[in-house]
Amino acid sequence: MILLLQYTLIFASVLLLVALGGCVSEHSGVINLGLEGIMVMGALGGALVMKFLPYDGGAGFGMFICVLLAAMLIGVLYSSLLAVACINLKADQTIVGTALNMLATALATVFVKSMNTAMNPNDHSSEIFYGKAKEAFVSKLGNFELNWFMIVAVILLVIVYVMLYKTKFGLRLRACGEHPQAAASVGISVFKMRWAGVLLSGLLGGVGGITYITAGASTWKFENGVAGFGFLALAVMIFGAWHPFKIAGAALLFGLFRALGNVYGAFDFLKSMNIPSAIYNMLPYIVCLIVLTFTSKNSKAPKAEGIPYDKGMR
Amino acid sequence: MNKKNPLLRNNGVQTFITSIICIILGLIVGFAALWIINADGAGQAILGVIKNFFNKPTSATRLQYFGQTLVKTAPLLLCSLSVLFAYKVGLFNIGVAGQYCLGVMMAIYSGYVWKLPWWACLLLGIIAGAASGALCGLLKAYFNVNVVISGIMLNWISLYGTNLLLQAAKEKTGKDTVRLLSKAKQAVLPSLGLDKLFGDKYVTIAIPLAIIMAVLIWILLDKTKLGFELKATGNNVNAAKYCGMKENRNIILTMVIGGGLAAMGGALYYLSDYTQWNVNASSVPGMGFNGIAAAFLGGLNPLGAIFSSYFITHITDGGAYVDLSHYCAQIADLISAVIIYLCGFVLFFKTLINNRLRKAEERFTAKERDAVKAAEVKSEGGNQK
Repeated sequence: MILLLQYTLIFASVLLLVALGGCVSEHSGVINLGLEGIMVMGALGGALVMKFLPYDGGAGFGMFICVLLAAMLIGVLYSSLLAVACINLKADQTIVGTALNMLATALATVFVKSMNTAMNPNDHSSEIFYGKAKEAFVSKLGNFELNWFMIVAVILLVIVYVMLYKTKFGLRLRACGEHPQAAASVGISVFKMRWAGVLLSGLLGGVGGITYITAGASTWKFENGVAGFGFLALAVMIFGAWHPFKIAGAALLFGLFRALGNVYGAFDFLKSMNIPSAIYNMLPYIVCLIVLTFTSKNSKAPKAEGIPYDKGMR
Repeated sequence: MNKKNPLLRNNGVQTFITSIICIILGLIVGFAALWIINADGAGQAILGVIKNFFNKPTSATRLQYFGQTLVKTAPLLLCSLSVLFAYKVGLFNIGVAGQYCLGVMMAIYSGYVWKLPWWACLLLGIIAGAASGALCGLLKAYFNVNVVISGIMLNWISLYGTNLLLQAAKEKTGKDTVRLLSKAKQAVLPSLGLDKLFGDKYVTIAIPLAIIMAVLIWILLDKTKLGFELKATGNNVNAAKYCGMKENRNIILTMVIGGGLAAMGGALYYLSDYTQWNVNASSVPGMGFNGIAAAFLGGLNPLGAIFSSYFITHITDGGAYVDLSHYCAQIADLISAVIIYLCGFVLFFKTLINNRLRKAEERFTAKERDAVKAAEVKSEGGNQK
């Protein structure tokens, strides 16, 4: 039971962080389909720090901060590729997002493989072993393993809410997603606001990525990417009606279904039903599809999302 | 100068030029990555990727490997047709990978378990993909579900569904499905002598079938009333509705055709028995996403897609020829990912070309006007005399 709770919370944190990233970006008017790729890059940044920073057991606050910052930095840098293409060059946001997802997996695999080969000529794997470094930010509370990134997710949730709905910056950001021409008419720079939105989504997506890989074992294989979590997060965001707290609720729901697939063996009544594991793997996606069917009719999507800003348009 | 303008203004020519620019830039980035990893062998490695089967020593093996590249091109071409067809109607069919899985699922299952002949397997595969596409279209038309999100969800559902169903067609040991050639020969596509031509038993009618589909899609989109209606719906739903076109029917029909095409790709590929399905697969097949790349690289033209999907397969295959002690085969994926990223800029490149042309033209007409004026002044001066 505790295991289920733990997995639910960690998956919910990942989904929450990434969905918040999508939310900030879409409120500024850019659809960020590249979140999956941003997660991979953020995970790569964090994993490299965990591998190379010296660490000797126990709770390590310095380690945690470095991993967090590396994931954020790489996420922001990578998302700037989306920003340049979609904001300045007015490229199709769907294509660029998809391309970034493909690029991230390829780039991370090539990078990690050549790094491994350079260190050991016989090693052609795309795995990063970070060994015990993960323990730096996992505290044991009885049987429950508290991953510090769960706390980060909650803190960022509050920050994003306050930023979007209680500050001048948030109001301006949302204006650019609803009606950029109106925003521009009162002196707001739409380009700058959209850049801010995309870079913030890169930051949140990067943290989501590192959270995702630390949920698992002490190694990560970059060929696998992040198994559609970036897209699942977008569904969470739509289900959460682009509002941070509703997104948090949606993330918990999806986290629960995702966690069931990992730990259903621990429940006797689920085990006795003999349902193949593939069904459990499908579950979050099926639930997501059903939920979307009933919630998409009255979409609360920002009105100008996905449309490149054109000064001359009315 | 004056004669070059109309040629450059041609949309097709512009698309061709931008695609070539994307390819060249992609190769440069790939070369840079190789150079960073290990500067010494970088030139040889990138040449290895570009040359692909030309790396083979004899002409017979070259022909055989060319045939194998073609075998892999056929499913990619069908996936890219699926993407571009939906895109012309304003829908982004990211569910290609899932529809492809369903095609594979029904083709292998009905071939091995039900012992159906190849054409029935192919047909059932297509129907499975079309049904998935129809679901996507229905959700969009009646519940306003974003096709991108529903497509991705269906990708994962289809992947796990395929894994589940194909447990029945698994080899006793290992995690791959059975070889159709030895266990269910009736389900393997006929080759009509193509296998002898290329000296490779996997070359089947899949390749000509895929090319025929490309031509059919081109005819459907550009030469028929239905194609016009579909494209009109894509350009402006409200205008199409106002003209009495049934936009919901058009959306669903598009997704059905798109799903069928992608599934046909999957079915053809696995019915040639070139490869086996891994029932423990934990990631969606890359064919779907490469299909997106091929569609955009081909300038969203069915005939262009033939060349672009060949090119992408060629590069991906060529990845196997890099020196694996220094580099890895994924460098080819990196190159195609960069190319598709750049394809997003096609519009930007085109505006750039058009702007330059306009400026050149303005300068030209201004000069002409000056010349005419000067001539007028001269002749006026002459009259006064």
